[in-house]
Amino acid sequence: MLLLAIDTSTTAITVGLHDGTAVVAEATTLDARAHAEHLAPNVRGALRSVGAEPGDVTDVVVGIGPGPFTGLRVGIVTGRTFAFALGLPVRGVTSLDAIAHDAWLGGRRGDLLVATDARRKEVYAAAYALGGAGAERAAEPVVSRAADLPAETRALPTCGRGPHLYAEALPHAVTPLDVSGGALADLAVRRLGEAPAAPTGELQWVDPAHGFDGLEPLYLRRPDVAPAPPSAKSTLG
Amino acid sequence: MSEEPLVLGIETSCDETGVGIVRGQTLLVDTVASSVEEHARFGGVVPEVASRAHLEAMVPTIERACREAGVQLRDLDAVAVTSGPGLAGALLVGVASAKALALALGKPIYGVNHLASHVAVDIVEHGPLPEPTMAMLVSGGHSSLLLVPDVTHDVRSLGATMDDAAGEAFDKVARVLGLPFPGGPHVDRAAREGNRIAIDFPRGLTTGRDVERHRFDFSFSGLKTAVARWVETRQRAGEAVPVADVAASFQEAVVDVLTRKALLACKEHDVDHLLIGGGVAANSRLRALAGERCAKAGVTLRLPRPGLCTDNGAMVAALGAQMVAKGREPSDLGLPTDSSMPVTLVQA
Ligand SMILES: [Zn+2]
Repeated sequence: MLLLAIDTSTTAITVGLHDGTAVVAEATTLDARAHAEHLAPNVRGALRSVGAEPGDVTDVVVGIGPGPFTGLRVGIVTGRTFAFALGLPVRGVTSLDAIAHDAWLGGRRGDLLVATDARRKEVYAAAYALGGAGAERAAEPVVSRAADLPAETRALPTCGRGPHLYAEALPHAVTPLDVSGGALADLAVRRLGEAPAAPTGELQWVDPAHGFDGLEPLYLRRPDVAPAPPSAKSTLG
Repeated sequence: MSEEPLVLGIETSCDETGVGIVRGQTLLVDTVASSVEEHARFGGVVPEVASRAHLEAMVPTIERACREAGVQLRDLDAVAVTSGPGLAGALLVGVASAKALALALGKPIYGVNHLASHVAVDIVEHGPLPEPTMAMLVSGGHSSLLLVPDVTHDVRSLGATMDDAAGEAFDKVARVLGLPFPGGPHVDRAAREGNRIAIDFPRGLTTGRDVERHRFDFSFSGLKTAVARWVETRQRAGEAVPVADVAASFQEAVVDVLTRKALLACKEHDVDHLLIGGGVAANSRLRALAGERCAKAGVTLRLPRPGLCTDNGAMVAALGAQMVAKGREPSDLGLPTDSSMPVTLVQA
């Protein structure tokens, strides 16, 4: 097994490789404005670092957010296309779960909040209970002003960049700040162990019920509907 | 590699997710998924709506193109993709997908200019481009006159619009006339029933000092305002607006300026081939008038069929295939997108 994990939902453009036993490579670039530039070279770099070819990959997993839309899409379309090109199954994982799992791998236990930068003075947030078996998410992620989250939630130790942006509302900052491709890969391999085999046929669309979260991005916001500025193209080509 | 490079092209600069496959100078398939209907109610392309639609359409469109062309991805010689200009978030989806494809398959990638692709597409329609070729690109985003000595690396800008693109003027006039978005095809249709000399609308940058200073530039904003004023005056007077006549007269003003300047450019640069591309090149009156005037001037007109004038993946594949055939170096896997990529930069 060689599982490729990709996430672009946070400042980290991150890639992890897992051979079924352990994370064997990780490549991460911190650059919230240049996802498309760094991601493919990072995938190539991670593969090369273990002497593997793209054709050696057996599974693809992408972080589906929530995260700032433009960067988030880069990771998802990269994962979907890479998997399609090689006829591999591709699965989605809620990105905040990977951050909570990373904290769990680091030894943290008990209640935890993950709050990442959603721009526009808001955070993407979800609360977790970290027990012996892993990090359990309490509810679906939300987008909210940090100060509008319930007081008892805001008092929790908090991963992600939220507490660094809104220290008053989220006073208890802990690591990690961003998604790590390695932690995402590790979480995915654990979930795969419990999931039934991927359906064959339309491999790029794996059933979200099989222990994963589907391949649709978690936008959590409707698009702004202002048409493109006049200098941009209309539909006349 | 066979003599005829097999290239898949991806285009996502605006609201169409285009995937085309070309072998050498032969078009194998041109697959387009458009989100135009989602934008119609906003009267223009909404960037975030377009980007979301690209993400959903990307892999299914690649899959469909390969299936319809009977092409296996592993047989490709290269992947080409529009790296600019266009809507930033929309471009990113196509470029990221193209990189993933190139990386997974171990193939070279070519990040190419959208405008040069509009020129190159005619190679799969009408064969090799004479060098140089004069090209006029008219669409909702661009109105440019280009001298093209070599479409794979030497594209020179002679002039461009100073304000609105030609297609944008069509959209705005359509709105004034109560016609749906996108305006181009609707104005074209309405104009067929109208009298194109009914109203003498202004021809921007065609007289006096303007011609000296802006010989090959265009301006459509004054025309658009003149149409709006003319219509409003009628409405205020309680008179019915002759939609067909306004559409026909407006359209005539646009295509008159376009063809006049394009032929002047051919004459002054001693070029005997004129290629017209971009969405507005689908306009029936532009096609007719350009045909007449080129014939009179002894200039050979090259007009891709309307489906290849609007944005599509075939044009990107066509340019990519030229680059492979001419032995141009591929782009780096770290290639960026450039929403305002200059027309003179053919490759990223
Ligand atoms: Zn175009």
